[in-house]
Amino acid sequence: MAKRDRLSGNEAVAVALRQINPDVFPAFPITPSTEIPQYFASFVANGQVDTEFITVESEHSSMSAAIGASAAGTRALTATSSCGLAYMWEELYIAASNRLPIVLALVNRALSGPININCDHSDAMGARDSGWIQIYAENNQEAYDNMVQAFRISEHKSVRLPIMICQDGFITSHAVENIELLEDEDVKAFVGEYKPENYLLNPKCPLAVGPYAVTDYYMEAKRSQAEGMRYVETAVLETAGDFARLSGREYGLFEAYRLEDADYAVVMIGSAAGTAKDAVDELRADGEKAGLLKLRLYRPFPAEAIAEALKHVKTVAIMDRAESYNNHGGPLGADVMAALYRAGSRVLAVNYIYGLGGRDVRVESIKEVFAALKQIASDGRAGEAYRYLGIRE
Amino acid sequence: MAYNFKDTMNKPERLSSGHRMCAGCGGTIAVRNVLRGLHEEDKAVIANATGCLEVSTFTYPYTAWEDSYIHNAFENAGATLSGVEGAYNLMKRRGRLDETYKFIAFGGDGGTYDIGFQSLSGAMERNHDLVYVCYDNGAYMNTGIQRSSATPLFADTTTTPVGKNSNGKIQNRKDLASVIAAHDVPYVAQTTFWKNFKDLHLKAEKAIYTPGAAFLNIMAPCPRGWRYRTPNIMEICRLGVETCYWPLFEVVEGKWILNYEPKNKKPIEDFLRPQGRFKHLFKKGNEELIEAFQKEVDRRWEELLFRCSK
Repeated sequence: MAKRDRLSGNEAVAVALRQINPDVFPAFPITPSTEIPQYFASFVANGQVDTEFITVESEHSSMSAAIGASAAGTRALTATSSCGLAYMWEELYIAASNRLPIVLALVNRALSGPININCDHSDAMGARDSGWIQIYAENNQEAYDNMVQAFRISEHKSVRLPIMICQDGFITSHAVENIELLEDEDVKAFVGEYKPENYLLNPKCPLAVGPYAVTDYYMEAKRSQAEGMRYVETAVLETAGDFARLSGREYGLFEAYRLEDADYAVVMIGSAAGTAKDAVDELRADGEKAGLLKLRLYRPFPAEAIAEALKHVKTVAIMDRAESYNNHGGPLGADVMAALYRAGSRVLAVNYIYGLGGRDVRVESIKEVFAALKQIASDGRAGEAYRYLGIRE
Repeated sequence: MAYNFKDTMNKPERLSSGHRMCAGCGGTIAVRNVLRGLHEEDKAVIANATGCLEVSTFTYPYTAWEDSYIHNAFENAGATLSGVEGAYNLMKRRGRLDETYKFIAFGGDGGTYDIGFQSLSGAMERNHDLVYVCYDNGAYMNTGIQRSSATPLFADTTTTPVGKNSNGKIQNRKDLASVIAAHDVPYVAQTTFWKNFKDLHLKAEKAIYTPGAAFLNIMAPCPRGWRYRTPNIMEICRLGVETCYWPLFEVVEGKWILNYEPKNKKPIEDFLRPQGRFKHLFKKGNEELIEAFQKEVDRRWEELLFRCSK
């Protein structure tokens, strides 16, 4: 039985965590993710969960403590944003290399400087090579649903890698929307019990974690992590299948929105995809064949499936809510273009940087992108492939 | 239970031989003797800051640790062990674990006084039931003898080299045991390798079995960094105590207790002279440097006596 409610993205994630009742939650506040540990603290205070809630003194320590708790044999998670994630950077790599299924509720926010509390994806994009799985949400329902699915993906026997469940700062984290929640018992049963195989607090067999490994073993350790990444797509789809049976809500690696017969497509991540859907609908009403590919799983990158989904379009705009400072484009642009190239695609592609530091993106902004895509198709050449949207030059 | 030297020494080693620490390393002596504070029937999880101890005792695929062990990074042994202890509390609460575990972190002075200071301070303030042990050899020895905030005044290190315009480190060492005592934790102690190690063994046991956070600061000489004759480690430690450079004390529930007061306080030269890192202090014309060093030792000793109501 589903329950209808009205929640912000942060509260939705906190409710999912209450339903999961995870083992250890080290927490440190940072805007705009602060509400997640704040709501959770009230669940602890009111006895709605019996999680070990550790109020640490920094994000570096929240991830360090999560690593300790996860290595010890418990289900551990934390939440953060922006500079908090940047401060954890060293620890992100260690969590992944130790194959610890830690969950991180990431509320995407611009990195400093200038200091800015609003949404972009520069925080998560900076961590894209850290060995974490990254799943993004368009709205609060997806943020909730993704959190319910997170532990099963991360703890999957063939995966055992940490996972970031991302939502857009303020736009999703603070906006209150209608939402369908699952029953507490259903969430608990869906997530299941955590049964680690090797862990520090196993009285039958002590374990040593975090070795010094140099030229003779380091590379094999890294290769084994990459092997874990190979199974993520399967784990994501398996989990999504079970979740659909429970909730009736379908998830995949990405959402193809009116893309099947599209001539022009945008590829994007996060809340702005909702805006893009409106733009697509308006253009479709005018007879334009516009479509959208909204990425859900960004790490690992489902390159083949994306290239396949885009193979019929004439032109594509890849939308990056983060800079990469290479004079060439953003991180998503690089990934998608590489995927197209490998698939032998001849589609004309451009890459937009948009929405940095919370810069508004409206239906008109996206329609402007589609207009450019149409022009490129008629010109037969992409022109400048590295573009900015909504900027005062 | 009364202290029994023979029983304590007959406990099985929990850091096995075959690790790659230097011969005569003070850090290893500190670890082996702290682990003797554990009751044999109890299990332990050891956390370790990056440093000599970590890279030399857990070189994949070998580990010298008989207990569960976690190395995370340089600056976060305190936070990492907080998470392990949190996991233990949770497992106990949910009936998933019957055994008793104790939690001990080891860090050198670099990982403790400096880069790991925030993480340590957090773990102490939150009063997790764990012990943080600093094996203090007064410099970043693992990277090749660079100064730390634990390095004593005038020490010759590779980042405070003695030269035409330099007499070594220009600052005094941080008094970390006092700083941690100011966190109002139930147990803080300072010790070193003294006589038959009773002082260290008893303090380790107290630290491990006092509920809540505890901190042990152990002067653990490094023959490479201090440049004394390696076999003379016990003599170096004795002189550290007899000159009042490294006093033995405890802070129990806020009460300061002096464990040893030398009848005849030895001059600081006795501690400095056998160590190559202080060689320049004994050149003609540098007498006032030794005087300055002595003055600071005296000032700190008087302050300690006052705190201990002596």
